[in-house]
Amino acid sequence: MKNESRGLTWFSHIMMILFSAACIIPFILLITASLTDQNEIIASGYSFFPKTFSTAAYTYLLERGSDIARAYGITIFVTIVGTFIGVSIMVLLAYPLSRSVTPHRNLIMFIVFFTLLFHGGLVPSYLVYTQLFHIKNSIWALIVPGLLMNGFYVMLMRTFFQTTIPPALIESAQLDGAGEYRTLWTVVLPLSTPILATIGLFESIMYWNDWQLGMIYITDPKYFSIQNLLNRIMQDIQFININMSSNASNAMEQMPSDSVKMAMAVIGVLPILLAYPFFQKYFIKGIMIGAVKG
Amino acid sequence: MEQAATAAGLQTGLKVKKKKNQYRKYSPLLIMMVPGLLYLLFNNYLPMMGIAIAFKKVNFAKGFLKSEWIGFDNFEYLFKTSDAFIITRNTILYNVFFIALGTILALACAILLNEIKNKMLSKFYQSVITLPHLISMVIVSYLVFALMSAETGFMNKTVLPWFGIEEGISWYSEEKYWPVILTVVHFWKGVGYSSIVFFAALLGIDEEYYEAAKLDGASRLQQIRHITLPILSPVIIMLTLLSVGRIFYSDFGLFYQVPMNAGALFNTTATIDTYVFRGLMGSGDIGMSTAAGVYQSIVGFLLVMFANFMVRLYNKENALF
Repeated sequence: MKNESRGLTWFSHIMMILFSAACIIPFILLITASLTDQNEIIASGYSFFPKTFSTAAYTYLLERGSDIARAYGITIFVTIVGTFIGVSIMVLLAYPLSRSVTPHRNLIMFIVFFTLLFHGGLVPSYLVYTQLFHIKNSIWALIVPGLLMNGFYVMLMRTFFQTTIPPALIESAQLDGAGEYRTLWTVVLPLSTPILATIGLFESIMYWNDWQLGMIYITDPKYFSIQNLLNRIMQDIQFININMSSNASNAMEQMPSDSVKMAMAVIGVLPILLAYPFFQKYFIKGIMIGAVKG
Repeated sequence: MEQAATAAGLQTGLKVKKKKNQYRKYSPLLIMMVPGLLYLLFNNYLPMMGIAIAFKKVNFAKGFLKSEWIGFDNFEYLFKTSDAFIITRNTILYNVFFIALGTILALACAILLNEIKNKMLSKFYQSVITLPHLISMVIVSYLVFALMSAETGFMNKTVLPWFGIEEGISWYSEEKYWPVILTVVHFWKGVGYSSIVFFAALLGIDEEYYEAAKLDGASRLQQIRHITLPILSPVIIMLTLLSVGRIFYSDFGLFYQVPMNAGALFNTTATIDTYVFRGLMGSGDIGMSTAAGVYQSIVGFLLVMFANFMVRLYNKENALF
């Protein structure tokens, strides 16, 4: 019996190591490919153990770095502003819904919930945002449509407020003369950091990774996020030449294009890989919270 | 009589007054909700009404209010083409397969994870297997490209020569490989994540059940078979039914980015979502794509209602509503 259980533990370790390796290996290929000499890539393809090491791709990108820096700036701005506004309006909606005294609470709850069941679809939202709000080719196109708020997160927050903040605490604050806003700010929010951090984290990841909004609403490269830039480069490697170099035909010869592609992807993914050890705990906790019904 | 009437009148008067007072008293709470509700109005409810455009001849120059009504023509055109069949078939088949195999893989992974008693290693595995979930589909498409590219990919240049195949396969123009590639990518990205969902449920199981089973001489595998799985079955059934409710929706990024929107692969990679998107972005028919979007919204809604009904039948507490 003891042996069997130990065997199972070993088996589990082996399977998990294999699975973990499968999750990491593609990233290693990405990194080694970006550091391989262009001629070697042409001859023998991307490989895990390149014979000729070269940083040409990164020097190339560094020389033409202004577009990348700009795209980074856009992504960072969108992530911070989008997360901040999103979490704020979600808190402001979820908190009253958690209070039993709020008039029409059930109706409003249904209004929030119904958005999870029924969607108008892509084309109608596109028309609303372009024809009513004229959001095309502006920074708001990367922030507002779809991502700002999510009914499911509102429900998670509401449940958190309801289950962890004792109503007596709110009542006593209000007996002491605090208004609703003051109660929310000084009593409720300090007790709610776990849920705020979790939802804030998920929102930021969503904004950082979003490429769809840029593809739908942005045609001007000035507003490209890092994901859109990557997307564009994959579609058309020459885009770099046209936009980044004054002498396109000349640049095509010099450019280590196959490794540049991979180097761009490394630049796009590196911040997340580097930051991941610091927030993985909260990420996994967040998945677990989301798993339990909101 | 009269007295009673005035008393009743007084009471309703009081009620109205009380209600008014309540509005005044709690107006800060109501005002708080305004930004969020306005957002839902514009972002969610207005597009719901926009479904009407599926019954119009879409004309961007005129604006959608002035475009002319054409009834069910868009739907008629859509269902006359083979596209409607292809995208419906692909969306449903992929989803059915993803749900069935995905549940098994995630469950197996969660059970294995639960066998690992070393806290630090367990945490380590958890964070590594959820890493792919964190990466955007654009990056995933680069990873797939590094493996599958016809001229420089790892598959063609390194793996296939091991097996003596020197000429290579042009993966991005052969549709028959994509069901496999997309499935692998989907599981690579998602199994870790969904196994954590099951793992969370496993953590809730009381150790005493296992202790008791051990005393009775049950082996570890028997414990899994007779304790873990039965306890998890409500979670499994509920998650499955919920994904059945979303069977008409597909992971847009997976089906659009990973095959790089290649037209040659349409037959095995197009889903309702990519079809709608192509229509909107001008490489398809906007009228038909709008119709496809409405078709998706309505059938999707009915399926969610159906799934919820089934959950309710099975276990009222787990139902969404």
